[in-house]
This record gives sequence, structure tokens and C-alpha cells, in this order.
Amino acid sequence: MLGRLGFDSLPFYSAIAFGGASITVLGGLAVFLLVTYFGKWRYFWDEWLTSLDHKRIGIMYIALALVMLVRGFVDALMMRSQQAIALNNDGYLAPEHFDQVFSSHGTIMIFFMAMPFLTGLINIVVPQQLGARDVAFPFMNSISLWLTAAGAALVMVSLVIGKFSTAGWTGYPPYSGAEYSPGVGVDYWIWALLVSGVGSTMTGINFVVTIIKCRAPKMRLMQMPLFTWTTLCTSLLMAFAFPALTVVAAMLGLDRILGFHFFTNDAGGNMMNYANLIWIWGHPEVYILILPAFGVFSEVTATFSQKRLFGYRSLVYATAVITILSFTVWLHHFFTMGSSPNVNAVFGIATMIIAVPTGVKIFDWVFTMYKGRIIFHPAMLFTIGFLITFVLGGVSGVLLAIPPADFLMHNSTFLVAHFHNVLIPGAVFGYFAGFQYWFPKATGFTLDRAWGVRSFWFWIIGFYLAFMPLYALGFMGMSRRMERYEMAEWQPFLILAAVGALSVLIGIFCQGMQLYVSIRDREKNKDITGDPYNARTLEWQTSSPPAEYNFAKVPDVQDIDAFWDMKQRGVAYAPAREYEDIHLPRNTGIGVFLGGLGFLVGFAVTWYIWWLVALGFLGVLACLITRSSQDHTYEIIPAAEIEAHEKARIKALEAHKPTPGDFWS
Amino acid sequence: MHPQSHSAKRLITGFILALALTLIPFAIVWTMAFPVELTFGIIALCALVQVGVHLHYFLGIDSRTPIENVLAICFAGVLIFLMVGGTLWIMFDLYERMM
Amino acid sequence: MSTYSPKTTGSPGPTEETLDIRDLGFWLYLMTDAIIFSLLFATYVVMFQNTATGPLPIDVFDIKHVFAETMFLLFSSVTFGFASLASVREHKSQAVFWLIVTIVLGLGFISLEVIEFIGMIESGAGPQTSGFLTAFFTLVGTHGAHVSLGMIGIMVMIFQILIKGLTSPVKSRLHRLGMFWHFLDIVWIGIFSIVYMPGWLI
Repeated sequence: MLGRLGFDSLPFYSAIAFGGASITVLGGLAVFLLVTYFGKWRYFWDEWLTSLDHKRIGIMYIALALVMLVRGFVDALMMRSQQAIALNNDGYLAPEHFDQVFSSHGTIMIFFMAMPFLTGLINIVVPQQLGARDVAFPFMNSISLWLTAAGAALVMVSLVIGKFSTAGWTGYPPYSGAEYSPGVGVDYWIWALLVSGVGSTMTGINFVVTIIKCRAPKMRLMQMPLFTWTTLCTSLLMAFAFPALTVVAAMLGLDRILGFHFFTNDAGGNMMNYANLIWIWGHPEVYILILPAFGVFSEVTATFSQKRLFGYRSLVYATAVITILSFTVWLHHFFTMGSSPNVNAVFGIATMIIAVPTGVKIFDWVFTMYKGRIIFHPAMLFTIGFLITFVLGGVSGVLLAIPPADFLMHNSTFLVAHFHNVLIPGAVFGYFAGFQYWFPKATGFTLDRAWGVRSFWFWIIGFYLAFMPLYALGFMGMSRRMERYEMAEWQPFLILAAVGALSVLIGIFCQGMQLYVSIRDREKNKDITGDPYNARTLEWQTSSPPAEYNFAKVPDVQDIDAFWDMKQRGVAYAPAREYEDIHLPRNTGIGVFLGGLGFLVGFAVTWYIWWLVALGFLGVLACLITRSSQDHTYEIIPAAEIEAHEKARIKALEAHKPTPGDFWS
Repeated sequence: MHPQSHSAKRLITGFILALALTLIPFAIVWTMAFPVELTFGIIALCALVQVGVHLHYFLGIDSRTPIENVLAICFAGVLIFLMVGGTLWIMFDLYERMM
Repeated sequence: MSTYSPKTTGSPGPTEETLDIRDLGFWLYLMTDAIIFSLLFATYVVMFQNTATGPLPIDVFDIKHVFAETMFLLFSSVTFGFASLASVREHKSQAVFWLIVTIVLGLGFISLEVIEFIGMIESGAGPQTSGFLTAFFTLVGTHGAHVSLGMIGIMVMIFQILIKGLTSPVKSRLHRLGMFWHFLDIVWIGIFSIVYMPGWLI
């Protein structure tokens, strides 16, 4: 009846596992009780969970990302503390548990922190930058969100019921096959990826179509803000790379559940094809994570240098070149698999070439800052921190692109240092910069500056302390993923790295404080103009937070910095001559149901509860058929309603006498 | 893509072409009339042409198709070439080295 | 935070422009599905020599059987084309008729495929036998699953046409389902050219 699920699946075998499970359960329970106590379920359901408004979906994505960031960071702290003390002793984590920790750290940070974070930023900002009232497929947007949440929930549930994978975040067979990993861990991992991966593919399709089809009528492609450009490229990568992940994860699942022989040792399986297929997705994935951050840096640099972005065209072309080239380098993740020199050389050279457009971008940002009047907003600090730190990571990457050098450093902590050195400044700092930058747009009040600055300094110092020692340790011969070691000379470096992790912890604490302080003082920090930084792109023309329909009249775009240009021409806040009715999609709970069913199917397959799997798929089919038979999925906002609201806004602006950007003067 | 591109004539033309391009490879495989290499060549050629026939006559791809759709199919084509070509190159290179 | 949530009225359907946008979205979905299939093809080519102790391709593939499957699918593509044509010309009963014919042909295809699979499994050539058969069953089975899903879609569309009539949202859905159906026929060209025919030749 319940497959392999039984009482012994609960984590009573180890105090630490039990602690983790308790915190997860109590956390969930606390949220549930609080919402019940305040009687907010109705509100959450009507206004948030069923919402098809891209801005609200974006906020929910980012909330998910922040929760998962904390979870993934706890894993990081556990690894750093274990390695700091595990010289010639077992430390406090059993080997199997340590393996689960690094596997879930990687899985969570990539799929359930970075992906929702960037998708959330894209959701909030891109339609507004386009002068659009919504995304192309609002309902599909809601499905994407809830499938991502379902994947995250599967990883979280593995803390409480059963165990997580010990096969690392890439889950290489044959170790991850049924023979060597018979438990439920790898199945949790596979289904978390499959369910959320479908969501990511749909997000990709959604934003490609949004950007192609829903721009303000006069906006040409070469007038789109840079963040929109990087979103277009990232969305293409999501749509076209994630199918590879779906294929490879499904194959591994078939091997494990039905005894197929894609990647097994015997009967003609070929585990090398697994490495090949997962990195066909895996390398573009790196650029999926990093390109939106590049877009954020472009916007932030231009706004806070108070200058037009330097080299707009070169940035666009560089982004496009990276998009294509990202599909030509995947073999550099497995140089050591034994390909012939020709193969290794081709992929090594392609890898070095992809560094060139990235270098172009760095120069563009530096030249944008050159002779600008720079405002050191926390978003700008994260950007400058990125510029300096990312170059180091990029250079270590070019070093690793040389196959003979890679042979020496493969799977050492040098590699760990390298990819953290590109992904933390390159992606995470970008998301943080975007968070600081667009927070007032999403919520209507600005973030506290002092706590933001503090969090930046603790993050960047913590980053250097945590990862520079790992470069050195890599040269000293330390492999990644060691839960204990015998080399006494490694320990000082590992202790230093643990101190770095503590500094990051303080950085995260500062971010929490920043949120708390800002929400507490939200009346004082209200963003009345909707344009707190005297910014340049269209999303700052809307009110903060924007009305449901974003723009009462479609903006008249005449320049790359469309909003800046309108301010110059004095038409930025001009009322429309007459307003028209606006069609917007009506809320629906089907997205939530589909996410719930996705979770159910994943959970049921993991535990071999086959009747529930069948039921889940039937439910999915029923939801899709129901939705596809509904015609009247829109609602109308009458023109009079809009006119009243817009007139009130203009009145408030006049009363406030907005000098643009007065927040910083 | 567009309703106006639908017509019975177009469908039937496409059908006859597709039928011919299916019958040819089946016939030569059935009869083994040619050496294996040539047979492979004919199969590949017929398959490629038939994909084109389907795209044009059934899916309605022509000069009036919106540029986005054509670009999407070109982009997908490039990526399929990179992914499949790369996979075959990498994996058969490995086979050779393990012989 | 207080987002302005205006009062709304009415419940209209999608505009023509929205329907046009959906076509592009669906087209992109088909492209991503094409990536899935091409990776399954690539994997098949990588693995088709890995027969281990199991049968060779030539032992398990039956040319007449595959030819019949091909014909069913090709004819169904044309009949779906006629259904689309009828819907564009607002012939409701004709559209339903051709859709029913399409389903019958699709059922013929799927039955043949199921017979083939069951025969192979019973003769000891199931997907657990070797890497070759694993890749074969996954690729051809994935295509078969798509066809089955397409048939469910056709049934839904028949009901929608009968209940709602040929309204513009219904026509637009039928158009996209047609794209899906023709796309599956293209994938089948790949299957008989890359899987079955080389299997008989080598």
C-alpha cells in the first residue's frame, strides 16, 4: 500500500538528522499556525497563491529562493565546520550524512536558490521594462512557480522522511544507480529535478515569447534594456537546455526503477554518456544563472554611475555570443574521462573563447563607471565586488580550460574554489544587487541602506576567507568532498575557510535585519515617485508597487533609456488623453493544484507507491483538460476605474513635488 | 501556420510526396538493391527531404511564416547539430580509445 | 505593501492577438520537444551496438510491421490536415468526422506498436535485456506516449467542437494540436530512418 515507506523512514537514527527534521517540521508548522492564527488563509489564497500577476509570482519566487538560501547555507556551514575539525578524527558528521549534506547543498543552491531567485527578478522586472501589462502566458507562469516549489518541497521532505542523495549534485552513475544507491535519496533528487525542470522549461518559453511579442509597440529589439536582453538569452537557454536535464534524469530514473541499462556497469550500459548528457544541460545552466546577473549589473551600473550604459551594442552581442558558445564547451567538465587530445583541445579552446565576450562585458561596465558620479548604493557595492572578484574566478576558469592543467586539478578543492568564485560574485551578488535595486519597485518602500552595506562587507570578506584557502588547498592536493583527512598542514586553511563561512553567516543575518528594519520603517521609507534612484528604464515609470496593469497607457519608446528620455522630454508622467479598458487574466488555483500533484507524483515514485502515481497523473490530466476547456479566463478593468486611479497618482506626485531621485539627494 | 495556407491541394501534394519518400527507402531496404553505403545515403536523403516536405506542406512553413518561428527552428537546428554531433563525436572517440 | 487592486467586470475570452501569441509559444515547445527526441536519438546511436547477451537489431525488427505503422501515421497526418481544413472552413461535422478518422488511424498505430513491444518482451528482448534495447524502447516508447497523449487531445477537441462549436479559441487549440500531430510524424521519419532501417542493414 505504501511502497517502501515505513516507520523506519523517519530520522530517529541520528541526533543531527533528527534535529534537521525537527527544525523543518516545526518551521512549517509555525508558518501554518501563524497564518491560521491571523486568519490569513483566505487572503493568501486569493491574493497570492492563485495570483497570475507576474509581480506577485516574482515575489513568491524570491521568497522561496531566500528560504532555500538559508537551508543551503546551513549545509555549507556544516561542511565547513566538519572539515575544520576532522583532522584524524571523524568530526561530528558520519560519512553518509556528510555526503547527503554536500549533495543537497549543491542541488538546493543551483535549482532552488539560484533558479527561483533569477526567475523571480525576471518576473517582477521584465514585463515592466518592456512596457507590457503581463507576460505572454500568465497561467503557465503560475504552473512554473508551483512546479519549482514542488521540487523544493521534495528536497525539504527528504530531511524528514527518508534520506537525500549521497551522489553529489550531478549524481554520476554507476554510483547513483540502483546497485550502489538502493535507497530513496537519488530518487528524491531525480524527481525534484524533473518536476522543477519542467517548470524551468516553461519559464524559458514564456519569457522568450513575452519579449518577442509583448514589447511596447515602438520598442525595437535594439532598444530593449540590457536586463531584458540577458533575460531573452537566458530564457532561450532555459527552454533549450533543460530538455537535456529532463532526458538524462528520466533515463537515470528508468535505470533505477525499471532496471533499464542506460548507465549500468553490465548489459551494455554506458555511464560515460551520462556525464556527456548532463553537462549538455549543465554548462548552459551556468550561463542561465549568470546572464540575468550580468543584466542586473548593467542596469545598476548605469543607474548609479548616472550615465548611459557604455557599449550597449557590444554588451548585446557579447550576450548573444555567450548564448551560442555555451552549448559548445560542455566536455570541459570531464576532460579526465579519457577523450583523445583532439576532442579535449577543441573543447578547451572553445572554453577559452567564451571568456572573451565575458571580458568585453567587464570592460563595458568599467567604462560605464569611468567619469560617472557613482552612488554607493548597496546594489552598486555588490556590483563592484562582483567586478573585482569575478575576474579572479574567470581567470582560474581559463586555467582549468587547459586540459593538462585540468588533469592535475580535477575534483580538487581548486575546482570548488573556482566555481564558487564565479557563481557567488557572478550570480548571487547579481541577484542581491537586483534585490536591493528593485525592492522598492516590488514593495513600495526602499531598503535600509546601512544594513545593506554591512551585509555586503560581511559577504565579500566571508567569500574571500572561505574560498581563497580552497585554491591553496587544491594545489596542496586536497580532494573535494572529504569528510576527514590526515594532513595536518591542511587544517589551518580549513579553519580559515570556516571563519569565512561564519562571516557570510553574519552577512545573511544583516540581510535579515535589513528586511526587518525596512519593513518596520516602511511608512518612513515609502517610495512615492516610483523612481527612487532617478533611473533610466521603463520599470521606473510605474508606481511602486505598480498597479495590477502596470501601465495605464502603453509607453511611447524612443530611446534605449526610454524612461530617461521621457523625463528629458517632460512626458514621463503625462496623463493619457483617454483611458481604455484593460483585459487581465483572472486568478486560478489550477497552477497550485498542478504543483501539488507534481509533488505527489514525485513523492509517490520515490517511495514506490504506484497507485498514488497513477492517481497523480490522472489529476494532472484532469487539471489540464479543465483548463484547456475554459474560454473566459480574463477579466476587464473598466477605463473609468483606471482613470480615477491614475489621476489620484498624478495628484500625489504633484503634492510630493518629485524631484526625480530625491531619495538619494 | 496561417489558415490561408491550408488547402486540400496542398495537403494532397504533401501526402503524395511524403508517400513517395517513404516508399523509396522501404523498397530499397526490402530489396537490398544497392550496396549498403549507397542505401544509407538514399535513406538519409529521403528522410531529410521528407522532413522538409512535412514542414512545408503539413506544418505550413513558407515565406509567409512569421520570422520568429523560422528563427526558432533554425536555432533548434543549430543546437541539435551541436548536441547530437558533439555527443556522437565524444562517445565514438571514447569507444575507439577503449578498443 | 498595498498594490492597487481595481474592481473588475465581465469575463471575456482571449483576444485574437493572444491566440497568435500562443502559436509561437507552442512552436517553441515543439522545438524543446525536438531537443528531447534528438538526445534520445543520439543515445540510441551511441548504444545500438551494446547488445550484450541479447538479440541484435536485425533479430527483433520486422520490416512489414514497421511499414504498416508508418502508413497509419502518415495517413493520420493527412486526415488531421483535412480536419484543420474543415475547421477553417467552419464545417463542424466534417471536422469531427476527420478527427474521428485520425483517432482510428492513431489507434491502429498504437496497437501495432504495443503488439510489437509485447512480442519483443515475450521473446526475451525487453528493455532490461541490453543497452541497445533500453535505448530502443525508451526512444520509440516516448514517441508512442506522445501519440497517445495526442489522441487524448483529439478526443478533448472533438467534445469541445461538439459542445462549444468552432469558436476562435477552439479553432486555435485545434490548430496547435495539429502542429503537435504533424510534429510527431516528423519524429517518426527519424525513427524508421535511424532506428529500423540501419537495424536491417547492419
